[in-house]
Amino acid sequence: MKEKQTFEDDFKRLQKIVEELAGGRLTLGESLKKYEEGIRLAQSCSSLLSDAQRKVELLMKKDGKYALDKFDDSPQEEK
Amino acid sequence: MLEDTKDLFTGTADKAKTRHVYSVSEITRDIKLILENTFGEIWVEGEISNFKAATSGHFYFTLKDEATVIAAAMFARANRDVKFKIEDGLKTICFGRVEVYGPRGQYQIIVEKIEPKGVGAQQLAFEQLKNRLFKEGLFSAEHKKPLPLLPFSVGIVTSSAGAAVRDILQILKRGASCVNLIIRSVRVQGEGAAGEIAAAVEDFNQFKRVGAIIVCRGGGSTEDLWAFNEEIVVRAIYNSAIPVISAVGHQINITLSDLVADAFVETPSAAAKIIVDKKNSLLSELDSCRYEINASASGVIHRLGSDLAALRQMLKSPLDRLLEKQQLLDEISNSLFLNMKHYLEITRQRAGSLTQRLDALSPLSILSRGYSLSMLMPDEEVVKDASKLKVGDVIKTVLARGSFLGSVQEVTQNERKTDV
Repeated sequence: MKEKQTFEDDFKRLQKIVEELAGGRLTLGESLKKYEEGIRLAQSCSSLLSDAQRKVELLMKKDGKYALDKFDDSPQEEK
Repeated sequence: MLEDTKDLFTGTADKAKTRHVYSVSEITRDIKLILENTFGEIWVEGEISNFKAATSGHFYFTLKDEATVIAAAMFARANRDVKFKIEDGLKTICFGRVEVYGPRGQYQIIVEKIEPKGVGAQQLAFEQLKNRLFKEGLFSAEHKKPLPLLPFSVGIVTSSAGAAVRDILQILKRGASCVNLIIRSVRVQGEGAAGEIAAAVEDFNQFKRVGAIIVCRGGGSTEDLWAFNEEIVVRAIYNSAIPVISAVGHQINITLSDLVADAFVETPSAAAKIIVDKKNSLLSELDSCRYEINASASGVIHRLGSDLAALRQMLKSPLDRLLEKQQLLDEISNSLFLNMKHYLEITRQRAGSLTQRLDALSPLSILSRGYSLSMLMPDEEVVKDASKLKVGDVIKTVLARGSFLGSVQEVTQNERKTDV
């Protein structure tokens, strides 16, 4: 969820930067800063989306407490 | 046949003769025997009226058609499994047996099963519940929560052994492998399924670490999908703080879960595709963000470049102005020179004419007309008054041409004045 929150924040920040840069009312220094930040945000957002390290787990409940068990999703890969 | 008729006849005669008197109980018992044995278990079609649900849980009502009514009772153990709501005006087909109820001298049908006429019982129950929940506002659009930009963690409520979860895992692995999946395995059909599904939705809400919940199962008959029409499931989805995507069955099935969910799709695969589509559209939006940032940045650089050129132009200009001034200066000094020359020329001309005039006024020109000039020597003082002279003074007399020295012989005063 933290990842997701970061992503949403980063993505919105990126959209704002795009607008600000397109507005063309920034000084050269500001533009360069925003440009660098924008490229960095776009990069980190993209890499989050391109991440292939997904996990598949089972939510278990024991005595009112939650735990995550491994879920073996290998059989369907053979399909 | 003939004997039977005879027996009947004599029997009647005997009864008339012996004047058999029944007690109420006896006749009622006989009627009960005859009625209950004659009809046994039967199906009766009729419309429900005077429906009452007693606190004991038993239902009492009458079945009627155009002309007649018959009392009916449906006991709690029988009506427990009725999915739809029995109400006045409902056209039904009831299964049960005819019974005589002695205490009230009444015959009635003890209903064991009841079906709505025309539509199936489940269909009716579905419509009734749907209408009720609709009126309550559970399906209204203002309760729908938007899905996150992309749920990086998705809860799946389904059977971990079912085809639905396999389809979703496969599609997301190929299309959005950045999304983590947490499965809460539940029974998706049969007794207890609805309770498990509802509890699983609540579990994810307590567990919290998912951005969306997919409630799903593969296709099946209406009965197979029934759990997703149960009120407990509908309410659990309605109460979920986490957005719920409902994906139950195949195209044609629309369940109440579908209606209450924040988004619904026809199949579990389609639910997975929503997430893949979201991921892909985010990726392309990121691309266009990058493109726009680059375009803006090169725009800024371009603009600054032309600003710089303009500044350079402005910086160059004082030099240009200096040159201009130099040129102006050159022009001015040139014309100054010409003017001076002209002035000198004019001056020279004027000087010439003045010399001529001066010549005309020169005493020498007077001398040329016969006048002479006398000066007392040795100071060469011009003599204008004879009284200044005395005999013997040396005088230089200047003529038009040449001069001579002489000495004074005699002095005569005022001689000229009287002449004039």
